[in-house]
Amino acid sequence: MSITAIEFEKVTKSFARHGGQMLIREKLAHMLSGRAKERFIALNNVSFRLKQGEGLGVLGSNGAGKSTLLNLAAGIARPDSGSVRINGRVAPLLDLGSGFHPELTGGENIYINASLIGLTRRRTRELYDEIIDFADIGEFINEPLRTYSTGMVMRLAFSVAINMDPEIILIDEILGVGDIAFQQKSFDRIRRFRTAGHTVLCVSHSAAMIEELCTEAIWLDHGQLIMAGPIREVAAAYHGRSVISNV
Amino acid sequence: MWSGEYSFVIQNLVAKDFKIRYRNMSLGVFWSLLNPLVMMGVMTFVMTKIFPSSVKHFPLFLLCGLVPYNFFSIAWTSGTISLVDNAGLIKRLLIPREIISITAVLSNCAHLLIQIALLVTFLFMFGVMPNRHWVWLPLLWGLEIVFVCGLVFVTAPLYVFIRDTRYVVESVNLILMWLVPIFYDFSMIPAEYKDIYQFNPIAALILAIRQILLQNTAPSPALVAKFALSSFAMLALGMLIFQRSKSALYDYV
Repeated sequence: MSITAIEFEKVTKSFARHGGQMLIREKLAHMLSGRAKERFIALNNVSFRLKQGEGLGVLGSNGAGKSTLLNLAAGIARPDSGSVRINGRVAPLLDLGSGFHPELTGGENIYINASLIGLTRRRTRELYDEIIDFADIGEFINEPLRTYSTGMVMRLAFSVAINMDPEIILIDEILGVGDIAFQQKSFDRIRRFRTAGHTVLCVSHSAAMIEELCTEAIWLDHGQLIMAGPIREVAAAYHGRSVISNV
Repeated sequence: MWSGEYSFVIQNLVAKDFKIRYRNMSLGVFWSLLNPLVMMGVMTFVMTKIFPSSVKHFPLFLLCGLVPYNFFSIAWTSGTISLVDNAGLIKRLLIPREIISITAVLSNCAHLLIQIALLVTFLFMFGVMPNRHWVWLPLLWGLEIVFVCGLVFVTAPLYVFIRDTRYVVESVNLILMWLVPIFYDFSMIPAEYKDIYQFNPIAALILAIRQILLQNTAPSPALVAKFALSSFAMLALGMLIFQRSKSALYDYV
């Protein structure tokens, strides 16, 4: 049958609550008092499976554990218990424009960002024109990034990320980039990516964007998996609940 | 998994640091020269006018100590804080974490090269001509980079877990400034303390550089061997510690 792209099995991830205090004083105090540190549970016993070529949306309000889930799926973080299995090359579009610097030109920034997200020297050279083309920033490519509008910077960043040709992409509420025309272009690109049989995992606090790109969804709240199923059902339940809790 | 190339990332990040530092600073290179020049001027004044020193070509003698020491202290400090400074990259990207620390050390090499150029200029001004022993110099400075990288691999993750580390590193640098023979010579160290000095790789480096540049002799093989051994031992230890702490970095930066 179809191959699993991403599988979370009873995944739990917690962080020490250190409140920014990472001084030797605190460490000694803890060692002497023998108290275990309080831990913040970001994800609690979460399991789900995503088949290759599917799109899964993760819904949840702030602090629900969405970003932690993405970082685990990207392999950046490791679970405390449970297992995360990934099958395929992942492009974590978590932070667009990593390494960008305002004083450097668009072209220089493409190279820095591309190398950081895992493109090889050769691949970056091959893709260079395509990246500029997709970002549609023309002559500005040789100007310092500080002369760009915010939309142009985001377009350039998105363009590098989407051109890296992954098998699985992880998206963190980033499609609000650029103007309407560019958003449409980005959506089209990701949809084409889906129809080509690749996998998409995207995260948002609103269902609107996710409904365009995904067929399945899960709903997270305070680290707990509340509901999993087809996007329409989960989105309806999520919005119903949000409205009630806002009253 | 991260599918990129180490050399490609390091090259891009080092070039980035260099461009940022020097592109918008018309006096960029000048600032790299100013620090050793001022230090040399002040120390020469103190050590020749206030405490008369018998050392020949004192400014040159001093510079042979200052250039390796400056690189060591700046590269070590910036390497130590590199992981915390680049928390954004660690939180959001898969790049191998050691790249961040290596880049911090290598970024200071541009600085080092400029200061070496200054040293060579002074050598010519004092009438010192290149001799065949100069071929040792790239090896010695290379070993210094290896040593600093090893040290940074220990202190950079340590700084992530315990933020006091930075002050310890800065204090040790200050102490080393006096305990490394920068403005005094090995011959002035009383015999009973000499043994302690041979455990200090930076002191060994300065001794070797002075033998080559000021005494026109090859550095003693035992000295170079010990320096090489301690540099690579440091690197091995550093890599081991870095590797072990790697997976916890995400949770603490």
